[in-house]
Amino acid sequence: MIDESRPIFLQIAERIENDIVSGALAEEAQVPSTNEFAAFYRINPATAAKGVNRLVEDGILYKRRGIGMFVAAGARERLLARHREDFARQYVQPLVQEARKLGIGAGQLTDMIKHSYTATQDLTEGSVAQ
Amino acid sequence: MNRPLHTEPEAPVIELRSVCKRFKDTTALDSVSLSLAGNRIYGLLGRNGAGKTTLMSVLTGQGFHSSGEVRVLGGSPYENDSVLNRICFIRESQKYPDDFTPLQAFKSAALFFRHWDADFALQLAGEFQLPLKRRIKKLSRGQLSAVGVVIGLASRAEITFFDEPYLGLDAVARQIFYDRLVQDFSDYPRTIILSSHLIDEVANLLEHVILIDRGRIVLDDDAEAIRGSAVTVTGAASKVEPFVAGLTVLHRETLASLASVTVEAGLTEAQRSEAADLGLEIAPVSLQQLVVRKTLAAAEEFSANAAATEMEVSR
Repeated sequence: MIDESRPIFLQIAERIENDIVSGALAEEAQVPSTNEFAAFYRINPATAAKGVNRLVEDGILYKRRGIGMFVAAGARERLLARHREDFARQYVQPLVQEARKLGIGAGQLTDMIKHSYTATQDLTEGSVAQ
Repeated sequence: MNRPLHTEPEAPVIELRSVCKRFKDTTALDSVSLSLAGNRIYGLLGRNGAGKTTLMSVLTGQGFHSSGEVRVLGGSPYENDSVLNRICFIRESQKYPDDFTPLQAFKSAALFFRHWDADFALQLAGEFQLPLKRRIKKLSRGQLSAVGVVIGLASRAEITFFDEPYLGLDAVARQIFYDRLVQDFSDYPRTIILSSHLIDEVANLLEHVILIDRGRIVLDDDAEAIRGSAVTVTGAASKVEPFVAGLTVLHRETLASLASVTVEAGLTEAQRSEAADLGLEIAPVSLQQLVVRKTLAAAEEFSANAAATEMEVSR
């Protein structure tokens, strides 16, 4: 579950972000406590707390004193915007590099993407509807 | 909710200054200086004979150091009851009176440790399937280790040392140990010092890592800072070598025109995209791999120094 070689607090923060983007964690929903994260992922509680606090500093989560952590209003839109910005660097660049290595031209790559987009459309629409 | 046992989590609970421990011909601890803040889980890592057990013995007053200063919970641990009854040391081959049953061992622990939780001890014994009324000398190696693990956890001592606590414990029992450790540490924060060879298994539990080799501290850093502090760069040697020039190289392997070089450096975004443009592959290095590389690099340096000293002497 946890990738051994990257800071774990970043991975915890990313997992929470992904859950917010996918809708698994709705806005204003309560987030598990750091101790629950620590027990679930079998990690040091201080590390889990660091991941959660990063999202609090970012304004993605907010703290209700004595109750716990909650997803901030507007968190999903902000995360979506950020993930879209990262998309080119994270996914398109490596894709193009690999395509180049294999001698796949820009036109052919575009066709492949269009084809894949149509083939998985049902799945995509399913998740948008959520 | 968290109920910290101790009020000043950031104050150092263990401090060593230039501590040496010499046996006849060997230096088991070579000028060790450390400062350990409270309420954290520490990993004490190193090869067999590196000095882990010696260090823990000195910290628990079971052995005296040759020189330097040792302070545990503000005092010297040696023959000092006000320190010793606040710490718990579970050794690799912990000895108990032969006629004792696990239940009797728990009852004596209850007298010694002021934060002892008898219900927790019984719960753990149940999870480890320990026969409570069988005499300890009749227990299997794994069951004997389980007795130590139960005492270490249920003692809730301010500082608990686990020195390779799981000889003979199977994978399931080790997982129970890790799970209960994380859980109980969350509920009752305290200082845990865990020495282990099974680095991959414990890596995620640790907040701080101390690596010892030949009695010297080779690494003393937060686990999170260590993760991602080294990478392996693989690709055409003609491109790898210029890329790693100027970086601290921990390890180098070559195969025909290919090179794979492990460097101690967190790469910047710019460096990563430069590597991608050059067709180089960047692979992360796990804590276990890093510990192996650091230990081997320290050994190389040690033999190089020894050779240099010998040259000096022979002149």
